[in-house]
Amino acid sequence: MGLDRRSFLKTLGVAGATLTLGKSFGASADPVSDTEFYGILYDSTRCVGCQSCEFACAEEYGLPFPTEAVETGVIKSTTDKQRVVINSYSTSKGDQFIRKSCNHCNNPACASACLTKAMYKTEEGPVIWREDKCMGCRSCMISCPFDIPKFEYDSPNPKVEKCRMCYERMQNGSMPACVEVCPPEALLFGKRRDLIEIARTRIYTEPEKYHHAIYGEHEVGGTGLLTISAVPFEELGLRKDLGNTSYPEYSKTFLYSVPAVLILWPAFLLGLHNSVKERKKNKLNQEEEEQS
Amino acid sequence: MKTAEQTGFFRFIMYELKPKGKIITPFNVIAGITILVAAYILFFRFKDGLGSVIHASQDLPWGLWINFNVITGVAFAGGAFVVTFMVYIMGMEKYRPIVRATVLYALLSYMFYAGALLLDLGRPWKVINPIIGNSFGISSVLFLVAWHFLLYMGSLFIEFSPTVTEWAAWKRWRKIAVKMTLAVVIFGIALSTLHQSGLGALFLMAKPKIHPLWYSEFIPLLFFISSIFAGLSLVIIMETINQRVFKQEMAFEFKSAHRSIMMSLARVCAVTMFVYLFMTILVFIHGNNFGFINTPYGYWYLVEVIGFVLIPCVIFLFGYNRRNLLLVRTAAIMAILGIVLNRLNISMIAYHWYDKGFHYPTWKEVVVSVAVIFVQILVFRWIIRRMPVYRGSPSWVKEEQHKKPQINQEKRRKLWKVSAE
Repeated sequence: MGLDRRSFLKTLGVAGATLTLGKSFGASADPVSDTEFYGILYDSTRCVGCQSCEFACAEEYGLPFPTEAVETGVIKSTTDKQRVVINSYSTSKGDQFIRKSCNHCNNPACASACLTKAMYKTEEGPVIWREDKCMGCRSCMISCPFDIPKFEYDSPNPKVEKCRMCYERMQNGSMPACVEVCPPEALLFGKRRDLIEIARTRIYTEPEKYHHAIYGEHEVGGTGLLTISAVPFEELGLRKDLGNTSYPEYSKTFLYSVPAVLILWPAFLLGLHNSVKERKKNKLNQEEEEQS
Repeated sequence: MKTAEQTGFFRFIMYELKPKGKIITPFNVIAGITILVAAYILFFRFKDGLGSVIHASQDLPWGLWINFNVITGVAFAGGAFVVTFMVYIMGMEKYRPIVRATVLYALLSYMFYAGALLLDLGRPWKVINPIIGNSFGISSVLFLVAWHFLLYMGSLFIEFSPTVTEWAAWKRWRKIAVKMTLAVVIFGIALSTLHQSGLGALFLMAKPKIHPLWYSEFIPLLFFISSIFAGLSLVIIMETINQRVFKQEMAFEFKSAHRSIMMSLARVCAVTMFVYLFMTILVFIHGNNFGFINTPYGYWYLVEVIGFVLIPCVIFLFGYNRRNLLLVRTAAIMAILGIVLNRLNISMIAYHWYDKGFHYPTWKEVVVSVAVIFVQILVFRWIIRRMPVYRGSPSWVKEEQHKKPQINQEKRRKLWKVSAE
């Protein structure tokens, strides 16, 4: 039987695809299952809205101190000058606080969108931005489902600002600045798996007090920032329509098809070209035959 | 006209650099002023940051320079891969007269729109990172698009280089360039397929932010199909304008073939638009989006799909059936507007649609966007007036081509004899 052209091309395509894809996706395919990420647990019911975390963060990174106090109904967003924000919503159980900062997704959209690996998911869990790599294209901002990365539009040498879970402090063995200062211990730092257990324990021991879910356990494929609260998360302005699929999955189908197209498409075009040429030649020959 | 052989290359270039034609014309004045103002604006863009010039918003990170010049403009450069496919792969010699102009247009588009991209990058001095070094974000769609832009620019340059070599009378280089054409065309079509759809794939992860009527997992496919008729519609308009503006530069065969080429292009446009429309409707039904139709965004969606896809598609058909150039040109303009609408809808208008208010671009942004196009047109004109794009190749090319068929016929006869035995 041997190897005919079609099966040869097929093999070539598959081999090429696996070669390229194995490298690019193999490593980052599923970081959830076998790595222990660190994370932060935010317990909304313990938060008193003192803004200590905001001040600690500003001090740690030399950013201006927040000037506005937390006010119910006035919803602030993180900015290029402020990486963590406490908001207050009036809910079915009275006014409740909620923290807004980077969620440190297990499989982050921003890092997958970045063409220079400036947005980077570290092995320890924090998603960090690296100044020496970034070219400022802002596709991380397009891709982030939470709209977290902020861009310094007013600077000729702009940075992308977002929470980095105090990655440098973490490497020195200390916890993030915001967690360290939080007076009512609404923030907890630790391994994500442990934090989920702690969160569950709190919910089970006081079932009346908590809404029975952990925001970030499954959302967008799991996040490093876990939130538990007294009320359903929609009431606190957290989006529940984001789905549980990790966002890089959405562009994966397209990226997987790239090597195949790049190998099979030219082969097909070349074949097409040759068959057209052949037909033309035959036509010419026929005409010549008729003439002679 | 002097040739490079007669005068020496350096003097030839110096001579060619001089402007041809009148300098003070309304077009030149408007273009000149726009470009000067844009340069002034860009000075402040680099001094004070992007926010001083473009409508800076944390929710809408990309302004007009990316969404209009790059994402929309590249769709219009799609004509090159379609026309080279028809001529070099399918052997449709009919379209050969427009190959050079189309390829030139695409080459300049990629050059200047990649330029617009540099203006929009916050940290353009790091642009080399995805190309050289150890910062390859291989899982990024933009990484793919960046590389494909770069490689495709090279392909287009090689596709166009026979014209350059004929202009500069580099006979040997011309032979090499012509020999490379087929390979480069095939490579270029594959690259185009991927980066035209890749521009759509940039928005795949923005799922929760784009209005459901415009978001679907099929955006890449829709971007690819629409780039076919976007590119051809632009070719129709470009050829129409060039027929008037470059009358003197145009050889007879280009003028005589114009009408029938436009008609055939109209037919191709009509068919691809129909396929696109069909796909759009499938995506619409598949997404179960009926509930959105009776909302302001729903009406806007209908304006785009019916007003600027269905209607131009029908006009193209009518124009082709009645051999009416005016109808074909009208349809082409509408199709172009439709593409602009579609790309801006996805990237700006229906992006973050749940926010109150629409982000209007600033006038400074618009001026720079337009200036980029003016620069492209000026360079396009400079090349058309000098190089044999429409003029027909110089006589030495024809002499060399005349030698060829004799050899071929001899070969063919031999081949024929062998097969007859």
